Amino acid sequence: MHFLPEEASSFAGHVDALYLFLILVTAFFSLLIGTLVVVFAIKYRRRSPDEIATDVHESGALEIIWTVIPFGLTIVMFLWGASVYFRITRPPTNAIDVYVTAKQWMWKLQHADGHREMNELHVPIGQPVRLTMASEDVIHSFYVPAFRFKRDVVPGRFSVAWFQATKPGKYHLFCAEYCGTRHSNMIGWVYAMTPADYQAWLAGGNPGESLAAAGAKRFVENACNTCHGDVPGARGPSLTGLYGHAVHLSNGQTVIADEAYLRESIVNPQAKLVAGYPTIMPTFQGLIGEEGLLQLIAYIKSLSPPAPAGAAASPAPAPTPERKVSRP
Amino acid sequence: MSTPEPVPAVRPPRLDYLNASYGVRSWLLTSDHKRIAILYLITVTFFFAIGGVAAGLVRLELLTPAGDVFQAETYNKIFTTHGIMMVFFFLIPAIPAVLGNFLVPLMIGAKDLAFPRINLLSWYLLAVGGLTALWALIHGGLDTGWTFYTPYSTVYSNGWVVVTAVGIFIAGFSSILTGLNFIVTLHTMRAPGMTWTRMPLFCWGMYATSIIQILGTPVIAITLLLVGAERLFHLGIFDPAQGGDPVLFQHLFWFYSHPAVYIMILPAMAVISELVTAFSRKPIFGYKFIAGSSIAIAALSFLVWGHHMFVSGQSVYAGLVFSVLSFMVAIPSAIKVFNWTATLYKGSVSYETPLLYALGFIGLFTFGGLTGLFLAALGLDIHVHDTYFIVAHFHYIMVGGTIMAYLGGMHYWWPKISGKLYPEYWSRVSAWVIFIGFNLTFFPQFIVGYLGMPRRYHQYPEEFQVLNVMSTAGASILGIGYLIPLIYFIWSMRYGKDAADNPWGATGLEWQTPSPPPTENFAETPVVSGRPYDYATGREDVALG
Amino acid sequence: MASPTPAALAHDDAPPELRHHFPDLAKQREASSLGMWVFLVTEVLFFGGMFLAYAIYRETHRRAFEGASNLLDLKLGATNTIVLIVSSLTMALAVWASGRSRKNATVLFLILTMFLGATFLGIKYVEYKQKFERHEVPGPHFVVPLDEETHQPLPRQSEMFFSLYFCMTGLHAIHMIIGLGLVSWLVVRARRGEFSERYNTPVDMVGLYWHFVDIIWIYLFPLLYLLGRHTL
Repeated sequence: MHFLPEEASSFAGHVDALYLFLILVTAFFSLLIGTLVVVFAIKYRRRSPDEIATDVHESGALEIIWTVIPFGLTIVMFLWGASVYFRITRPPTNAIDVYVTAKQWMWKLQHADGHREMNELHVPIGQPVRLTMASEDVIHSFYVPAFRFKRDVVPGRFSVAWFQATKPGKYHLFCAEYCGTRHSNMIGWVYAMTPADYQAWLAGGNPGESLAAAGAKRFVENACNTCHGDVPGARGPSLTGLYGHAVHLSNGQTVIADEAYLRESIVNPQAKLVAGYPTIMPTFQGLIGEEGLLQLIAYIKSLSPPAPAGAAASPAPAPTPERKVSRP
Repeated sequence: MSTPEPVPAVRPPRLDYLNASYGVRSWLLTSDHKRIAILYLITVTFFFAIGGVAAGLVRLELLTPAGDVFQAETYNKIFTTHGIMMVFFFLIPAIPAVLGNFLVPLMIGAKDLAFPRINLLSWYLLAVGGLTALWALIHGGLDTGWTFYTPYSTVYSNGWVVVTAVGIFIAGFSSILTGLNFIVTLHTMRAPGMTWTRMPLFCWGMYATSIIQILGTPVIAITLLLVGAERLFHLGIFDPAQGGDPVLFQHLFWFYSHPAVYIMILPAMAVISELVTAFSRKPIFGYKFIAGSSIAIAALSFLVWGHHMFVSGQSVYAGLVFSVLSFMVAIPSAIKVFNWTATLYKGSVSYETPLLYALGFIGLFTFGGLTGLFLAALGLDIHVHDTYFIVAHFHYIMVGGTIMAYLGGMHYWWPKISGKLYPEYWSRVSAWVIFIGFNLTFFPQFIVGYLGMPRRYHQYPEEFQVLNVMSTAGASILGIGYLIPLIYFIWSMRYGKDAADNPWGATGLEWQTPSPPPTENFAETPVVSGRPYDYATGREDVALG
Repeated sequence: MASPTPAALAHDDAPPELRHHFPDLAKQREASSLGMWVFLVTEVLFFGGMFLAYAIYRETHRRAFEGASNLLDLKLGATNTIVLIVSSLTMALAVWASGRSRKNATVLFLILTMFLGATFLGIKYVEYKQKFERHEVPGPHFVVPLDEETHQPLPRQSEMFFSLYFCMTGLHAIHMIIGLGLVSWLVVRARRGEFSERYNTPVDMVGLYWHFVDIIWIYLFPLLYLLGRHTL
């Protein structure tokens, strides 16, 4: 019987190292207290009914010692835990994007190039993968024990998290936030593959339309282009080169246009109004589902150059359905 | 010549709180804190039994990887019943409402609590709230888990959310009023000479618990009210489709539910302080530190709720703050453990059942509390959140901690409460059965949790089966272990030996009254001088039995 | 025959209001007062959850909330504020009168307090009725209202404002109704002559409760009615 799941991601080993340290601390103090308690109980057992105990004077020094040492240990554990946490929560910029829609009781995954998967995810090893996740109904949680990866998928927002697989294999995928009747059926597999195998998998099968292409269609269907047409005098701000850059709002603040900002601007446009534009954008809450929102965001991202580490493609001034997202 | 007075053949029985009056009305309309404690004892035992049966059914299903005993929806209703019954209707009330109600006035030399009729009202609120929730859980069923996360509970669940929430809401006021009663009593009704630093540590624990009860419980009350309103009137406060935020629900829920776990453990620690000193027959080591750590725990407990939400998407900075504070709240608990251990040093330790439970508590609480550090560590919690690791952690504290302390306290004060002695042989046997059964049930859950088995799963991958079988085996043993005291406590009420006023030779005003005490507790108000746990100077009446 | 012990004599002399577990009336009053203050603290936490939800949503849906707030009837809200403040005055006067054994004045002030409290509830009823008529009640029949100035539809999240409006003022109204019940109980006891210099604790305690419910409204009024108002 093994006690640890496989370590199959770049941060699994770091999580396990912290775990083992905490096991040592737990074992040490449990054994210390357990032994002391048993030894004292035996050594000082009552030997006669009238026995009187020795009055032991209290010790401020002892109290301080056994406060300060645990305090110091907890600070070490906190700092170590925080450092592992920073490692886990900072996605690198050269990640490939996978878009996840969770719904009762299945996982729908879509690669940027259009490959769709249900309850399964194929990823290459040695490459960071960024999951942008949305829920169509209740809170779910994407959990891959072998990667030590878990993130709640909360309806009404995007949840973004990343991992990098390091070992080829087939790993459990669980939903880890109770979501109703078939919560324990909402499971699947993550397949980590060597880059060569991954390319072969990509080549096979019909990927269908890329997410960005689907998003481009929705952009026109929902008449977004009538205001965001990227022509002089347009009623809405241009979306070309928008993703990842700063936006100046009408209330004086500046925000970065990330996935969360884009999503909010579609479903609740009044929340962050861009400076210098009329406040006429209607809300699309309830009119565009979570998958549609992911497609639109993928499309808007495609209008910006990808991260500098890698071949940059020139951003197109107008939406073109055939455009692919290039990867470094 | 005068005739000698005849010697009475039988000594007339003493008037005590149990035989002062008879009949159902004299119990249901009592204002005597001791009778109210007995009413609570019966009520919480009933709810514990329901929760225990639900636990048994959960473990039965988990014997096999497939979901072959119950339908998924039924299983979800069963674990929800287990959680709600155990948390709200057993663990929160048990020690404060049973032992606290009985002992606090006695320990401070008072005739009753400050508000005896509100005390009775508190009991009615718990009983009515619990029966309401129970009816909803059995008749209609609820499948949200005890945590009611939205929007599942407000929009998607088909269970009886509103009625169950109403039941919990009502019981919440029971908790608030009990806390209010204890705070006022401890402030205003201590006997002459009993300064705060001469008060038994059990009372300090009740005081700290009461602070949490009055500050935290109203927040769960309003949260459940909003959940009910949302469900009934389609308000959308927590529903993203209407602009609401499901994570706001989590903040409001855990703002109470984290301090709630300290409502469950502080009274247990309060009991242990009494047991350790009584059965070492020496003053407790570090009285001021133990008292102060109770208050520190109560204060810090309100600052850590976000550690339940590390993977919900709250900001990194919020995560850091909650993580460091969660580590800090462990320190006062550690201080208590060290002081209890030091109390045993050079004591005169006697192995009666209450001490066995106390030692078991110290071991299991230390271990379980240390596993809490795993959860406070941000990077590690991400992996183990919502797995059986969490389930194991909180059961170590609540069952290995609170329930063991509760049983230890029940055995220690049983002679005072009932005037009878329980059978020592069977009590030691059941203490060991419980200890072994408990560890076999919950230790494997740490392992299966780290391996990745999520909680609230009614079916699971095959590789987790061996550990689940071990856990179910342990649960069967634990169940038997709990049945034994139930049987002999009831047996002892009729057939047990009569108890002396102070069978353990312990200090404390409660032992200066007869066993069981008269309704008014003390014929004359005692006057207190000298330090608490004044053992070294020796006691007059140490004869046992 | 033995004469009664001093202890028994003292017990017979005990005032009727003294409960047996307290040594004297002063201690009983101290306990009652502390108990009521502790209870009011719990009420602060109880309302606090909703105030927190309101504060958070007001921040994230600022324009929706400001627009919706401007739709509330400021005149009725301000009138209610004055009504409640005056009722706190009459309640304080009732406490003062009861502590000086002035039975008629006590009853008068208590009845005035009840009258003002009922007026408050009546005005609230009028306001609620207006909202029902204008479909400003959240739920399946909600119709997004028009902004007062621009006559454009407000953002959809204005429904959230009304959800919180009804929950907060509704809970407050329930507390007012309970307060009315408590004051009417005091009227019955005052008419029986139960309050005097020696003992007016119930009036004092209900007074504390009444003032608290008033203070909650004093916070509710600006938060709900005065958001982003440019004109009266």
